[in-house]
Amino acid sequence: MNSMSLEDKLALNKYDIDEELHISVNEDICRTCRNRVCLHICPAECFKLLGEKITYSYEGCLECGSCRLACSKGAINWTYPRGGFGIAYQYG
Amino acid sequence: MEPTKFDAVVAGAGPAGCAAAYALAKAGLEVLVIERGKFPGAKNMFGGMLCGSVLAQLIPNFWEEAPLERYITRHVITFLSREDSFSIDFQSPSFGKPPYNGYSVLRAKFDKWLAGKVEEAGAIIVPGLLVEDLLWDGNQVVGVKAGGEDFPASVVIAADGVNSLLAQKAGLAEELSTEYVSLGVKELIQLPSEIIQERFNLEDDEGVTQLFDGFCTRGMHGGGFLYTNKESLSLGIVIQLSALRRMGVKPADLLEEFKSHPGVRNLIKGGTVEEYSAHLVPNAGINKVPMLYKDGFLVVGDAAGLVLTTGITLDGASFAFASGMAAAETVKLAKQNGDPSRKTLCNYEKLLKESFVLRDLETFKHSQFFLDNPRLYTTYPELICNLSRGLFTNDGKPRKRLWQLARTEMGRQKLSILHVAVDGFLGRRAI
Ligand SMILES: Cc1cc2nc3c(=O)[nH]c(=O)nc-3n(C[C@H](O)[C@H](O)[C@H](O)COP(=O)(O)OP(=O)(O)OC[C@H]3O[C@@H](n4cnc5c(N)ncnc54)[C@H](O)[C@@H]3O)c2cc1C
Ligand code: SF4
Ligand code: SF4
Repeated sequence: MNSMSLEDKLALNKYDIDEELHISVNEDICRTCRNRVCLHICPAECFKLLGEKITYSYEGCLECGSCRLACSKGAINWTYPRGGFGIAYQYG
Repeated sequence: MEPTKFDAVVAGAGPAGCAAAYALAKAGLEVLVIERGKFPGAKNMFGGMLCGSVLAQLIPNFWEEAPLERYITRHVITFLSREDSFSIDFQSPSFGKPPYNGYSVLRAKFDKWLAGKVEEAGAIIVPGLLVEDLLWDGNQVVGVKAGGEDFPASVVIAADGVNSLLAQKAGLAEELSTEYVSLGVKELIQLPSEIIQERFNLEDDEGVTQLFDGFCTRGMHGGGFLYTNKESLSLGIVIQLSALRRMGVKPADLLEEFKSHPGVRNLIKGGTVEEYSAHLVPNAGINKVPMLYKDGFLVVGDAAGLVLTTGITLDGASFAFASGMAAAETVKLAKQNGDPSRKTLCNYEKLLKESFVLRDLETFKHSQFFLDNPRLYTTYPELICNLSRGLFTNDGKPRKRLWQLARTEMGRQKLSILHVAVDGFLGRRAI
């Protein structure tokens, strides 16, 4: 089986995207962060480094909660999306 | 108009919440289940194999109607080094007869079916609604807030899974620490059933579980898994979150690496990926079970960390069913006594202590400490693979006895007899 990009895998999933953000990062705290765990821990790689800035895009989020626990600085404001929105696994 | 007061409001329609609601509804109590997924199961993923014995107490002969994939008759454990693999293979036709030992299951289908049974039993299920907060009367929980509305209840059952924000809001659970959870990432890989049966040496609806230890976690506490479904494979890895955090490895990369291992590559050959999923699972066992009740409030299943992980067994579903059933018994008692305070609800903990739930977790209380040993993921799987290679190599050089091969390999791995003795002792105590 050929290796597949994460983007292609996430594109297979079904989502009902909410316009309301359910996760946000506190940029002021992130500026002081050295390890930037969020950049690698997220299985959907929702956190990206844009220049010097940490950005978060919620479209591919699998709602696992790993980023919330792994960021020891408490910079991530994390909730579930509103009921009915977000990932909808067809197999699970 | 006052909103209806339910005997119980259950947050979450996973195995724990459904078991509780089913038992309560069957006993004629007024139950409301609130589920944030668009349908029950939409947010849920596991390996996975469901052991049926506990569910059968609730829904006898459930296997005749539940959407099960395959009944598991074969268990394989595979040790991986960088390129090689060594497997232990157990197969038993006796696992293929009712009541069956376990089934592979896809949660989006199974949880939906189970929630349907709960509804049939008389409970109300509202999907697509997120429980946001608890309602309080002093120190007593008296309902939930969801979608901006109040839902009063005598007892609230938190069945909201591993991240349990509700147990935290109730002041029972602390924030989870990364050592006490593992992250699972998985792919659902479509393959025709004939190929699955041929490739895995199975008849008709028989299935296999295969657990992988070694190179696939790059030394981190965790492992790989493969489960055969009817027309697909569930393939993934589970890694302790703190190890992943420390190592700086991307879970998605690790999964790709696992898929390309020679011992795995051929098992999934020709398959098409249909879904990519991720979920946390508690792994601390008895050591991190929170306070399980307070006035008007019970915590069940993953929300209470009730999962057994021994390295060979990962069972959360049975614990979810059993704790949900114990919660239902307790709510029934609260209704009888007209007292939903801790005085009655403490019965829940008593029931769990009497059942396998807290007893199994107690029996395996040392397993997490044992499983934190990096040698389990590097030295030993490599040793086993290299030893086997030595045993099977024909290179025209004089052959060595097994013991000589083992000595050489132990030297190469910098493994002393003392290490083996200590690990053996810890292992005996742990699993
Ligand atoms: C990778 C992996 C592999 C596993 N393998 C196995 C296995 O092979 N066998 C096994 O037995 N177990 C396995 N487990 C564990 C098993 O999945 C869990 O123990 C089990 O699902 C727990 O059931 P639960 O009902 O407590 O929680 P969940 O199944 O997580 O259900 C919680 C429900 O609550 C809902 N919810 C959450 N918050 C809210 C809210 N605020 N409002 C409304 N609804 C909410 C969720 O959407 C979900 O439906 C595995 C877990 C993982 C992650
Ligand atoms: S979210 Fe947390 S881990 Fe990521 S950069 Fe900000 S502070 Fe660091
Ligand atoms: S919840 Fe999981 S998938 Fe979503 S952003 Fe956080 S780590 Fe990524």
